[in-house]
Amino acid sequence: MDNILSIVTFVPSLAALILVVFLRGDDEAAQRNAKYVALFATSVTFLVSLGIYFEFDPNDTGFQFVEQSDWLLGLQYKMGVDGISVLFVMLTTFIMPLTILASWNVTVRVKEYMVAFLLLETLMLGVFTALDLVLFYLFFEAGLIPMFLIIGIWGGKNRIYASFKFFLYTFLGSVLMLVAMVAMFADAGTTDIEILLTHQFGSETFSLMGMQVVGGMQTLLFLAFFASFAVKMPMWPVHTWLPDAHVQAPTAGSVVLAAILLKMGGYGFLRFSLPMFPVGADVMAPVVLWMSAIAIVYTSLVALVQEDMKKLIAYSSVAHMGFVTMGIFAANQQGVDGAIFQMLSHGFISAALFLCVGVIYDRMHTREIDAYGGLVVRMPAYALVFMFFTMGNVGLPGTSGFVGEFLTMMGAFQVNTWVTAVAATGVIFSAAYALWLYRRVVFGDLIKESLRTIQDMSGRERAIFAPLVVMTLLLGVYPSLVTDIIGPSTTALLASYDTALTAAETANQLASN
Amino acid sequence: MIQADLTVIIPEIVLAVFAMLALLGAAYTGKDRLGPALVWATAALMVILGVFIATRDIGTSIAFGGMFVDDGFARFSKVTILMSAAAVLLMSQDYMSRRGLLRFEYPLLVALASVGMMMMVSAGDLMSLYMGLELQSLALYVVAALRRDSVKSTEAGLKYFVLGALSSGLLLYGASLVYGYAGTTLFAGIIQTAQHGDVSLGLLFGLIFVISGLAFKISAVPFHMWTPDVYEGSPTPVTAFFATAPKMAAMGLFARVLHDAFGHAVADWQQVIALLSVLSMFVGAVAAIGQRDIKRLMAYSSIAHMGFALMGLAAGTEFGVQAMLIYMAIYVTMNVGTFAFILMMEKDGRPVTEISALNLYARREPGRALAMLILLFSLAGVPPMLGFFGKFYVLRAAYDGGLAWLAVAGVIASVIGAFYYLRIVYFMYFGDEGAELETNASPVLWGFLMASAAVMLLGIVNMFGVEGAAAAAAATLLQ
Repeated sequence: MDNILSIVTFVPSLAALILVVFLRGDDEAAQRNAKYVALFATSVTFLVSLGIYFEFDPNDTGFQFVEQSDWLLGLQYKMGVDGISVLFVMLTTFIMPLTILASWNVTVRVKEYMVAFLLLETLMLGVFTALDLVLFYLFFEAGLIPMFLIIGIWGGKNRIYASFKFFLYTFLGSVLMLVAMVAMFADAGTTDIEILLTHQFGSETFSLMGMQVVGGMQTLLFLAFFASFAVKMPMWPVHTWLPDAHVQAPTAGSVVLAAILLKMGGYGFLRFSLPMFPVGADVMAPVVLWMSAIAIVYTSLVALVQEDMKKLIAYSSVAHMGFVTMGIFAANQQGVDGAIFQMLSHGFISAALFLCVGVIYDRMHTREIDAYGGLVVRMPAYALVFMFFTMGNVGLPGTSGFVGEFLTMMGAFQVNTWVTAVAATGVIFSAAYALWLYRRVVFGDLIKESLRTIQDMSGRERAIFAPLVVMTLLLGVYPSLVTDIIGPSTTALLASYDTALTAAETANQLASN
Repeated sequence: MIQADLTVIIPEIVLAVFAMLALLGAAYTGKDRLGPALVWATAALMVILGVFIATRDIGTSIAFGGMFVDDGFARFSKVTILMSAAAVLLMSQDYMSRRGLLRFEYPLLVALASVGMMMMVSAGDLMSLYMGLELQSLALYVVAALRRDSVKSTEAGLKYFVLGALSSGLLLYGASLVYGYAGTTLFAGIIQTAQHGDVSLGLLFGLIFVISGLAFKISAVPFHMWTPDVYEGSPTPVTAFFATAPKMAAMGLFARVLHDAFGHAVADWQQVIALLSVLSMFVGAVAAIGQRDIKRLMAYSSIAHMGFALMGLAAGTEFGVQAMLIYMAIYVTMNVGTFAFILMMEKDGRPVTEISALNLYARREPGRALAMLILLFSLAGVPPMLGFFGKFYVLRAAYDGGLAWLAVAGVIASVIGAFYYLRIVYFMYFGDEGAELETNASPVLWGFLMASAAVMLLGIVNMFGVEGAAAAAAATLLQ
């Protein structure tokens, strides 16, 4: 199995092709077939990807399962995973069957819906496995197309606005990265990420249009990549597309968006920004740290006043992503490990929270918090699941949410005490908005007439939540499951980061002497 | 001597003789009844000539004392021109004969225009340049006004003629200055005059006028005013023709003049081309946003695309020329597919060009809507479609040529431009119930649409070898 990564990546799009070519009509049988084909394909992908997980050697910090062949213009088709990316691949293949299951009630254009999700899975997996700059960009950008269609076709009332905003916002962020990639290609003569990781980009200060650019070319490249990843992440203040996109997207779309698409930004920081432009990252780190702290507090406060459940969770996602960027740019073992952990944990918890909203939205067709109350009376199982993930979101010890937040804060504390102090208040706010949401929706008396006949979760819904509960709990009580795999790779990453920084500093000192 | 010269220009002679004989023959016999047959015959001849040129390996041949150059660059451009012209002819047959527009002159005028274009990309002298350009333009003026009883079509023809004449005048004036200061009209001679470092002011003046004239032909801003009106007024198949082959020819001619005649004065024209490029990209992107008519929208889209192609040219390097050729080949292929789709937009037998008529097209015609979706994202330059690679090549060329600011401006313009392509997607996929477009369409159009969309997707594997051909072509231009 030399090309297991290609197989995993392209099985979903193969299924999509089969659906497009062979499935005709839009009657009930065709709809059912489309759902089963999609479920089968995503499940097979997950099972095959387990092979990657078990074959993966955590102590090898290089890239594994590498495939390589030449492509246009000196580009390469190169794929591979290391400790940083392998778990994101697993997260993607794990979440996708659940999203297909969660879309079982879709009745409009089912075939196209499934095709869009299957293509999206290929593109997301490609982002995490690509080892060529342009190949990465290809997958990174192409993912916008299916998501644009998912929001625009199957979204809510204001879907047009949300889909255009989503597309243009993220597109604008990414094109600057494209120019930076062209510059890197010209500078290093290759787009092979493995080689670029060892390439030293210029870090001599120069002046551009009268401005001194500290860190030189590295800072410019860093900023170009930052524009893309910060939007994708999303970081304050370029997060405004996310609440719109989340609110308007169908449930499964929100799940994919929160669980996987947001992680591309963090993955990008770890794959490109930190190791390739260490000097640029070092120059910009204080700014990014403060932006993260602001994001955590500001978006938590915004979340407090939301009337729409999805919007509230969307803002909470931005806050949690703030912990991720804070951990990454603390640039030490705890911080980076914590950031990856937080991303994975958020992948499970936010996916589950959006699914929780989806469960009651399917029944009542509203996301207004005021339209609910006292659900615990009619839906005890739902109340339990929702409670569990609310606690995970708050970061209760024992759930995976705690480990990530704790590690990132520990990492950041060693770098900047004040940032960490501000971020820590965000933890309190997150408890406030999450618990308050839970109270208003689930507790209280069941006085709304419309809720009197609401049904508890069906077997299918329970089956969707079960694996998420297991993962959240498992990672919460046994975090080494993750840290053992990512540890060696992050250690190696940080070691080369520190070496590069020291080298650049001595070079600059020599130059100034 | 003469024999050798004639061997070099065999394809041009064959096409020209065919056009003239067919013109005479049809005028004396069947007239318009022969229209469809002539369309197929002309298209077939073009394809045959295209294949002949592509497989012809005669290196760089010079004919008529340097006035006509047949090198890899010319052959690459000629094949693109002939193939796209043939495609457009085939697409127009059904549309035009159902509306009684298919006069027998139409395919022959297209053939004559193609001869002019082949002349243009092979020009090695200011005189042959002008000859090719005018042969092409005159034929185009006539086909723009093909629908004689329509005010818009005649207006388009007249506008195109008047402004085209103006640009020809500019070009001619520039050519006369160049001749005056270089003492020769041969490119090979001009480049020697300019070789000794500094270019004289008069020569530079002439160059600027020549560039202005050529910029008009490729509709680069600020010489673009005619484009939307002509695109809108002309019959749609003619618009499709305008958007493809002539653009390739004019870009080819542009590259030839800049590199063959002024190859040593890159620093002198680089900024001019870069400015034309950045203006075209932004005006094309911004002005298209408000358009309600898909043909006008495509006009602005082509302006923006010419801006990107010029970006490759502005680099002033061999790689830049290669990037431009690849960009143009991709652009032409995309436009063939897009216009095949536009030609299918009909209601009650009448052509419809309002974008809003596409409401919920995807529900009734999922296959065609999907193909158009691919083409639109490709036009917008979103990966993984081939259109993205076109952009990537020119960005790389611009960056390598020291024009990083142009690359940044280009990608920002492409984001603005993405909006109006998305608007079409919005109507097709997200819209409300609206005008019901007819769903039956000729298999030829369907075939071109699907083939073009398939090329946009499958081309990313190896671009069907176009990359290598373009590299070889660019190498012959800059030797």
